[in-house]
Amino acid sequence: MTTDAPTRTGHPGLRRGATLAAAALGWWALYSLNLPFWDWLLGDVAGLDLDSRAGGAVHFFLYDSVKILLLLTGIIFVVTVLRSFMSVERTRALLGGRREGVGNVLAAGLGVVTPFCSCSAVPAFIGFVAAGVPLGVTMSFLIASPLVNEIAIALLLGLFGIGPTLLYVAAGLTIAIVAGWVIGRLKLERYVEPFVFETKLRGKPIDPAYGLTWDDRVRMGVEEVGAILRKIWPYLLVGIGLGAAIHGWVPAEWFAAHASADNPFGVLVAVGLGVPLYSNAAGILPLVDVLFAKGVPMGTLLAFMMATVALSLPETILLKRVLKPRLIVTFVSVVAAGIVAVGYLFNAIL
Amino acid sequence: MHIKILGPGCANCANLERATREAIDGLGLSATVETVTDYGEIAAYGIMRTPGLVVDEEVVLAGLVPTTARVRELLSARLA
Repeated sequence: MTTDAPTRTGHPGLRRGATLAAAALGWWALYSLNLPFWDWLLGDVAGLDLDSRAGGAVHFFLYDSVKILLLLTGIIFVVTVLRSFMSVERTRALLGGRREGVGNVLAAGLGVVTPFCSCSAVPAFIGFVAAGVPLGVTMSFLIASPLVNEIAIALLLGLFGIGPTLLYVAAGLTIAIVAGWVIGRLKLERYVEPFVFETKLRGKPIDPAYGLTWDDRVRMGVEEVGAILRKIWPYLLVGIGLGAAIHGWVPAEWFAAHASADNPFGVLVAVGLGVPLYSNAAGILPLVDVLFAKGVPMGTLLAFMMATVALSLPETILLKRVLKPRLIVTFVSVVAAGIVAVGYLFNAIL
Repeated sequence: MHIKILGPGCANCANLERATREAIDGLGLSATVETVTDYGEIAAYGIMRTPGLVVDEEVVLAGLVPTTARVRELLSARLA
């Protein structure tokens, strides 16, 4: 934030552009200096042996924390500004009256670009279904939204590069499309709480994305970065801490013996562990990073991550307000089966 | 003026209610504030992101917690 008093002559658009450019440059400088800084501080100044277990773990923890925080800050900001052009209300309008099939594909795609928090899953579910969006299409949206999210994409890009990121996005979309389509085909409408269908929408819905200025969008971006970092930092610290411990103390041979691609149950165990776990991509990816370096195959790791972020106990408890147990069990099983299939596929082709 | 705060009882809903009460006090309005926590009721207003602010049965805000100043603006616009 600049402390200069606003000048009458300064063009507001130009000033905003200059501030954003300066922020981007500052971000890039911090990102490039992160590794040399910790090498210098821990190696040269503190005199730690960075190849030792403890030294390596400390270095990994600090370097990784800063790197992940920087990636999150940058990507959440950019994504929030871009997403401010979309809203759940617009998505619903786009999905209304779509047939299944095309609707599932569109819903999964919109799940990625629509600003949405799984804490709103219940009102969104009611809003979609009451507006006539088919159950399976609604499910495609609700699956894609947490599975392919900006945090996961930011961290995958930063830690693994473009290849695994594209693979992850493609796999996530496929799971959301197919799982939603299957749920639609199973004709499970009778397992939705009846009040959902009886809900009458009255009044004209307001579009929160309407009438926003660029200043509003930039401010939303800054606020969202703060809100998300406040929400995920405990997960992040636990994830990086565990990652650092594994990095230093668990030998690669242990993983090679128990979790290599040769172990036919690897993916199943990973998904079984991941489903009840509740975390977000920020807590899981530092672990994934370390486990990959220790030789755990990518398919197993992505399956673990998907199971953790897409399915969780708290979310299913929330959904109990609108779905009967039979439908919740079907939902979890179909999505989990899709994730297992993706895990084995990746392990086989990578 | 009849104001409804829509939300299942989350932290954001409480924040919205506080901002709204502050705005009402600041403007010296006589208004009733009601909280709506039932999901069916909330969804019926057409909002899909909580919390929501309803003034005299019209949704004026959804999906975010506004500043007290912003609520004051919204409420005084309704007075005119």
